[in-house]
Amino acid sequence: MLVAILIIVIKVAVVFAGIMTGAFLLTWAERKQSALMSDRIGANRASILGIRLWGIINSLADALKLIFKEDFLPPKSMRFLHAIAPVFAMLPVFLTFAVLPFGPPVMIAGEQVNLQILSLDVGLLFVLAFGSIAVYGVMLAGWASNNKYSLIGGMRASAQMISYEIILGLCLIGPVLVYGTLDPGKMVAEQNLLLWGWLPKWGIFVQPLAFLLFLPAAMAETKRAPFDLPEGESEIIGFATEYSGMRWGMFFLGEFAEIVVLAAVLATVFFGGYQIPFLYGGMENMGGPGFHFPGGAYVPVAEWLVVALRVIAFTLKVGILMFLQMQIRWTFPRFRYDQLMRVSWREMMPVALLNIGITGLVLMLLK
Amino acid sequence: MIDVKPVRQIDLTFWQKTYYPEAVKGLAITFRHFFTNFFRHVGRTLGMKTKAPAVTIQYPEERRFVSPRWRGLHRLMLRPDGSPRCVACMMCETACPDRCIYITPGETSDGRIEKYPVAFEIDLLRCCFCGLCVEACPEDAIRMDTGILELGAYARTDLFLDREFLLSDKPELTTHEQYPGELEGAPVHRINLLKLAKGHGAH
Ligand code: SF4
Ligand code: SF4
Repeated sequence: MLVAILIIVIKVAVVFAGIMTGAFLLTWAERKQSALMSDRIGANRASILGIRLWGIINSLADALKLIFKEDFLPPKSMRFLHAIAPVFAMLPVFLTFAVLPFGPPVMIAGEQVNLQILSLDVGLLFVLAFGSIAVYGVMLAGWASNNKYSLIGGMRASAQMISYEIILGLCLIGPVLVYGTLDPGKMVAEQNLLLWGWLPKWGIFVQPLAFLLFLPAAMAETKRAPFDLPEGESEIIGFATEYSGMRWGMFFLGEFAEIVVLAAVLATVFFGGYQIPFLYGGMENMGGPGFHFPGGAYVPVAEWLVVALRVIAFTLKVGILMFLQMQIRWTFPRFRYDQLMRVSWREMMPVALLNIGITGLVLMLLK
Repeated sequence: MIDVKPVRQIDLTFWQKTYYPEAVKGLAITFRHFFTNFFRHVGRTLGMKTKAPAVTIQYPEERRFVSPRWRGLHRLMLRPDGSPRCVACMMCETACPDRCIYITPGETSDGRIEKYPVAFEIDLLRCCFCGLCVEACPEDAIRMDTGILELGAYARTDLFLDREFLLSDKPELTTHEQYPGELEGAPVHRINLLKLAKGHGAH
């Protein structure tokens, strides 16, 4: 019993630390990456004892600044809701990660331990549900600020998020049909199978259309460019206008955490989660742990190394997907609001529905 | 009749309408920039001689050349004998669209001029750097050619410039040699702005 609790605490700590590190590094990567791709140098001024660490110190300085900045409360705001809104924007993001597996099940002292905080049968629904709850944070922030512009900003944001939430849900139906499960853990396990004996059964190969729709919809959920109409920091007044200091920081920490979590969801559903093609653990393959290539070649790998490689693979996939999201964010100009809504309802939605239809048809014919 | 401006509709091909091929093209460009710059940075860190990874000027150390016409911090000019040139005619105060110049005139016993400024204040927080004060001045007493562009301050009062500040010609004030010899004998530092800018390695 005690051991079980300890294991859960450790898992929570690892995941939390992972997301926070990711979010922290993203605040740095955002500056450096955007700088590199536009022939600039980026943050490099802040230093500790002359050590600049390529600008990472700037992020620390930012955090310090946010903590010591004046925390302004609009006089006629609803105190409680105003204070609780950033929590609503941030907490669901962290909770979403609970159902995502970051490594294969491992045997510790004869007991199977899933490298996943919560093994839920309805894991993907959990992901979608907490994605929707993040809307509350935005809406409450707009409402509680007692500022009409913030309220409109909040409405705009929630309308956008709900619209794209629908696309997300529809896009996930395809993979759910293919893998026959809503549990991310099982879904990842399924993705180690091979199609026609050589192609890994990753989501991106069996559901390319769903992936192409999921990626932009997911980016719209994070409220970042080219879908950053909720904020549009300097041009259109957004929901967070009346927030300052660390409360504002929480919104943006939540947003960066959202990028990490999204990368994790994308990796889980479309990029085989922790799986490395042709690498099998001892439990999954009769031939022992190691690489089993289609030609019959076999490279043995120790069981613990398989686990380590897989956790690293997951981290790498998440890292690459975060990098991709950053790149997208700094490449494209913003949508106009009517375009944004049109893309969601009139262009992505029919294609998503079509994808479900095609998937169902193909699966029926294959039976 | 209301004029209607026809919006030019661009006919997109099917693939352009799906966004994806164009999006990938855009990403390819930014990725190319990212990776070339990334390897250049890495190369530089390792001490290799690679092409410059950035086109930016590293501001506090490197400076761009500031044109002599550029309107920066104001200053008041001095006569060769060191007294202010300003005759407190209030032209600049009148011309200032932001009403941020405050002059208190006083009478002088100097035979040549009637008035001089007892106090001359500029509220930089309100100034829009239009340069109308410079244009209005009949005495060439006020100029904005200091080339100083760092006008930050920690308190609002620091940006309320008084006469002593405006009249002081600090060595770091950069001016161009517009009227050489005119101020002979006056305690005025003259630094060649162009030379200075070149010395800083500006492009
Ligand atoms: S630059 Fe324009 S605004 Fe500023 S003091 Fe001169 S006249 Fe006034
Ligand atoms: S216009 Fe020139 S001379 Fe007249 S008050 Fe202003 S600075 Fe002095």
